[in-house]
Amino acid sequence: MVHKVIVETTINGDPVELLCEPRQSLLEVLRDELDLTGSKEGCLTGDCGACTVIVDGRAVCSCLMLGAEAAGKHITTVEGLANGATLHVLQQKFLEHASLQCGICTPGFLMSAKALLDHNPNPTEGEIRYALAGNLCRCTGYDKIVKAVVDAARHGVGASQHGKVPTESTAEVTRDILEREKR
Amino acid sequence: MHAINYESPKTIDEAVKLLAAHGEKARPLSGGTDLLIQLRAGTRRPDFVVDIKHIADLCKISFSAQHGLSLGAAVPCLEIHENPHLRRHYPGLTEAAHLIGSLQIQSRATVGGNLCNGSPAADTTPALIALGAMARIAGPGGERTVPVEGFCLSPGRTVLKPGELLVEFQIPAPAKYSSDAYLRFIPRNEMDIAVVGVGVALTLDPANDHVVAARIALGAVGPTPIFATQAVQALVGKKLDDAAIANAGTLAIAAATPIDDMRGTAEYRRHVVGVLTRRALAIAATRAKASA
Ligand code: FES
Ligand code: FES
Repeated sequence: MVHKVIVETTINGDPVELLCEPRQSLLEVLRDELDLTGSKEGCLTGDCGACTVIVDGRAVCSCLMLGAEAAGKHITTVEGLANGATLHVLQQKFLEHASLQCGICTPGFLMSAKALLDHNPNPTEGEIRYALAGNLCRCTGYDKIVKAVVDAARHGVGASQHGKVPTESTAEVTRDILEREKR
Repeated sequence: MHAINYESPKTIDEAVKLLAAHGEKARPLSGGTDLLIQLRAGTRRPDFVVDIKHIADLCKISFSAQHGLSLGAAVPCLEIHENPHLRRHYPGLTEAAHLIGSLQIQSRATVGGNLCNGSPAADTTPALIALGAMARIAGPGGERTVPVEGFCLSPGRTVLKPGELLVEFQIPAPAKYSSDAYLRFIPRNEMDIAVVGVGVALTLDPANDHVVAARIALGAVGPTPIFATQAVQALVGKKLDDAAIANAGTLAIAAATPIDDMRGTAEYRRHVVGVLTRRALAIAATRAKASA
């Protein structure tokens, strides 16, 4: 007889209480129970990084963590990056540098990059490449992604700051990217 | 994934009781970076998963220059790598912890889990053996301590009996003029499983460069990590010159029992054991001299 577990956690700043099966990964809980479908499922083996979220300040693969293990933790998902219609500087720079094509890897790259910049606001390019080594992209090529993160760092994204108020066109792209992350 | 029960005991006693009550049906959950994959693949099918990360003692690093290091079995690799004392006194161990998978993996994966998973290619195990680490185990019958080189029995199997829990590693205080190093060969820059891994620890006599103490351990070249005792015996008491280093490399090769697989042939692995042993000895020697 398997007991469901009640998990009290904090997701994107909001306290959340949820009921899940112990066998459900954090990724499944986010996507299937909470409808936070920004985090993507790629490999389910910790190789691709598409499921990356930030747990207590560290990037982790949400496919390799049980939902039950989220109890008492602070979790940030890609949905927690933008502030309303205002994109996080990293999201903005990914758009400007065309750092995404199909976009399935993007939420993971954004979260790995955010975890890096939160710890180290002025990383070298080498440090950026190292921090992104656990994220795979099959379309874009890594240079554009790395350039976006270099640029975001240059624009002083310290710990969890957001970009400037967007222009109208940015707001449209914002809606676009938010839509895309939902899928 | 099949249905499981999740328990998160707060004390070692509680955890041991749970593990003992469910025997083979229970499996401790540390970082989960191996276990969750095994659960999904069905290669391990426990009914009870016992999360050990709520036990304070298992999540602790305590270091003193006098007493050495107690490293909780559930401390994540990234925390080990970021610890300034550990980086200074046990650079080989922190290096090994920082080589495992991506940062996402290092945020969760633990040295205790790496050992208990029982892979011959575990990166942190040769580093622990080189340091002379002892594994403290709690069980229904009380506690026991096992040297890390005696912990793994065969791929995926360890000395842990049903009901037993790896609690911490006890690592001796760094002697004067001592240091360690871990080197791993993989065919790419990052994110792969060792073709060969070599951990080395050395204590030198600064007056004449003689080896006071040494330990060498090999990974991925046998069914379990290997403690290369003959290579060590040949070094102790000798001056650490090129000839002594070359000889230790040759004896390390003799201790390896590799197989051919997709990562490399046995012959190639033997060659790499020699190369990495020589390099790791040179690095550890440089560090030992700089440590004073
Ligand atoms: S889905 Fe988690 S790492 Fe690929
Ligand atoms: S944009 Fe398609 S995988 Fe990265």
